[in-house]
Amino acid sequence: MIYDPSAVAIVVFLAFVGFTVGLSFYLGGKAKSSAGYFAAHGQIPWFINGVAFAGDYLSAASFLGICGMIAAYGYDGFLYSIGYLAGWVVALFVIAEPMKRLGKFTFADALDAQFDSPGIKAAAGVSTLIVSVFYLIPQMVGAGVLIQPLLGFEHWHGVVLVGAAVITIVVTAGMVSTTWVQFLKGSLLVVFSAVLVVLVLNRGLREGNDAFQTLGPYPAGQWSTMSELDGREILPEEDGWQASDQWVRLASPTNGFDLFRVYESEGFVWLFQAQSVRTSDVGTLIDGAPLGRGANEKSLKPGGSIRNLPGEQTETGPLGPVDYLATLQQSEVMLWKKSSVRHDNGDESVVYYPQPTAGSKVLRPGEHPRFAGIRSDDWVGKINFLSLMLALFCGTASLPHILIRYYTVKDGAAARKSTIVGIASIGFFYVLTLYLGLGAMTSGTLDVTNNNMAAPLLARGMSPLLFAIISAIAFTTVLGTVSGLILASSGAVAHDLLGGALGLQFSEAVQVRVAKWAAVAVGLAAIGLGILFQDLNVSYLVGWAFSIAASANLPALVMLLFWRGTTAQGIIASVIVGMVSSLGWILLSADTFEKVYGLDPGSSPVPFSQPGIVTIPLALLTLVIVSWWSRSKPAG
Amino acid sequence: MPDQGISTQASAERRGARLGVILFLLYTACYLGFVFLNAFSPGSMDQIVIAGLNLAIVYGFGLILLAILLAFIYGMARRGESKVQAAGPQKGGQS
Repeated sequence: MIYDPSAVAIVVFLAFVGFTVGLSFYLGGKAKSSAGYFAAHGQIPWFINGVAFAGDYLSAASFLGICGMIAAYGYDGFLYSIGYLAGWVVALFVIAEPMKRLGKFTFADALDAQFDSPGIKAAAGVSTLIVSVFYLIPQMVGAGVLIQPLLGFEHWHGVVLVGAAVITIVVTAGMVSTTWVQFLKGSLLVVFSAVLVVLVLNRGLREGNDAFQTLGPYPAGQWSTMSELDGREILPEEDGWQASDQWVRLASPTNGFDLFRVYESEGFVWLFQAQSVRTSDVGTLIDGAPLGRGANEKSLKPGGSIRNLPGEQTETGPLGPVDYLATLQQSEVMLWKKSSVRHDNGDESVVYYPQPTAGSKVLRPGEHPRFAGIRSDDWVGKINFLSLMLALFCGTASLPHILIRYYTVKDGAAARKSTIVGIASIGFFYVLTLYLGLGAMTSGTLDVTNNNMAAPLLARGMSPLLFAIISAIAFTTVLGTVSGLILASSGAVAHDLLGGALGLQFSEAVQVRVAKWAAVAVGLAAIGLGILFQDLNVSYLVGWAFSIAASANLPALVMLLFWRGTTAQGIIASVIVGMVSSLGWILLSADTFEKVYGLDPGSSPVPFSQPGIVTIPLALLTLVIVSWWSRSKPAG
Repeated sequence: MPDQGISTQASAERRGARLGVILFLLYTACYLGFVFLNAFSPGSMDQIVIAGLNLAIVYGFGLILLAILLAFIYGMARRGESKVQAAGPQKGGQS
């Protein structure tokens, strides 16, 4: 799609960024000491901290990724919402209060509380760094994805802008400003998503999408003998289009052709208008015409619509939240799918086409290729699903940027209360994601090439101002989450690795300065990686971060709390084994072979892609065995 | 755990922690039910259960609402002790 940057969007966006950075400078004076920089002096009120949890957690992946996945595939995206929230139950009931009681600034503090072992600090510090970087890359890529339609900038502009803003936020006031940014963003995100959902429900559901033509129905045997359709010439099947009999090209009144996909059902044939993008030496062609806005040019049109509503109605009017889903359940939706055609000269056309899909299929799991396995008899699909749901359940409570937020409040009770506020706001938001995604699916605003923009584009369909606000919030979302991650990384470097593992003695002021330099370094690395990985599917990397966090951090943390036999050696071994095995598994998985290296997925040596179901128990087992073994030896 | 804590406070804290474990196990059982049903009986997710909604929607929303509900129950049950409890003993020392 061609996006027009809007003046309103630029103003709203700059106001957001300016306010955020200004707030940081204002708060900067409060964060001169280590306790201020890493933990905001433990002075953040629990309610503010709770909403800031939501700000930390509802990253670009949650907001853009989940809504986009629901818009493109339906219920499957909602599985992530469910899993991500379930993780918070672990955080509240198991982790929150002990974390606060045991630690001071970082996750490594808590693990190391009883042992004072440099090895634990080193292992936990490295795992914090790795998880943070894997979580950072998709946020930075997301920033680039957002900035293109919003301001009309290049991808790398967005990445650099986010990086610069975040380094400023973290360096000026550490955890104090990060927390307030998160609070601001968390509340705005939840409130404006709710506004958008009210508008979606109020508009209800409507049949059709005027931008695309539907021809037919023709009796199945008859239509293929016709020489023209809709009063237009049928172009010959050549130059690759003949490879499959599902494509029909009609002469276009302007330039190029109009592409249709053949859809056969119950003895009749319909032709649904599709769109093709051909990348060639002479530039990009959309349905055979040059890309652009001119008279003889074409651009991709937004898709997503309802084909049939239940009964005779063509428009429902305002619907309640239950009726909205119940009506959709009985409707038929047009989901946009992707295919490709290879031309004679070696060029490739990517073809996007609408596929009528029953509403009952959209509102159940299994439509996305990643989850389709649960509907087959193949055990690999089922194991992958179980493994992913396990990693989501265990991952939340072990993400470093979430864990450090327990140190910003004054005591265990405040840690508990802020977790409850976090659960309530995050849970409410995840309920909204389903409506946002389904609203985008049926509103004719979906960018067929990239579903990450589903929620902001849905807002644009409502009003340009709402689009500007939602986009600016999404961008602030990236700012906030990245600040939290960079802060967690800088704590890992300055406090755990240099101060703890290497035993360097820093004064307060020097430790803060070291942490700030570490923040700058991690920030610069994140900018570089964000540009480097711009074409990578961002949701994969978030899944990686969850798997690594769940395998490396959670078994050690839980056993430390519930098993008296845990030893320092056991913890070190568990963190290292969990980290190395999950990272190694991911790097060798069929998914990574295909999506990242571009290799044949069949040559992957691991049997399924999601490591959690193997590596979490493995880390747990390692901890138990090494703890037993190290205790049986006399203390040295 | 503060050793010198008043015994009633310590026992309230123990009760609170036990409640936490019970609620955690309750939620985990429900979550596992959802995951296993999806993996091994995906067809059951298509069944319409109530008000025209299928099991996938009802169970999914149910899990989110249950998490919020349990969090509030836990918060209410432990509200009393936070008034007794002063600021928890911090790990001392500079680093």
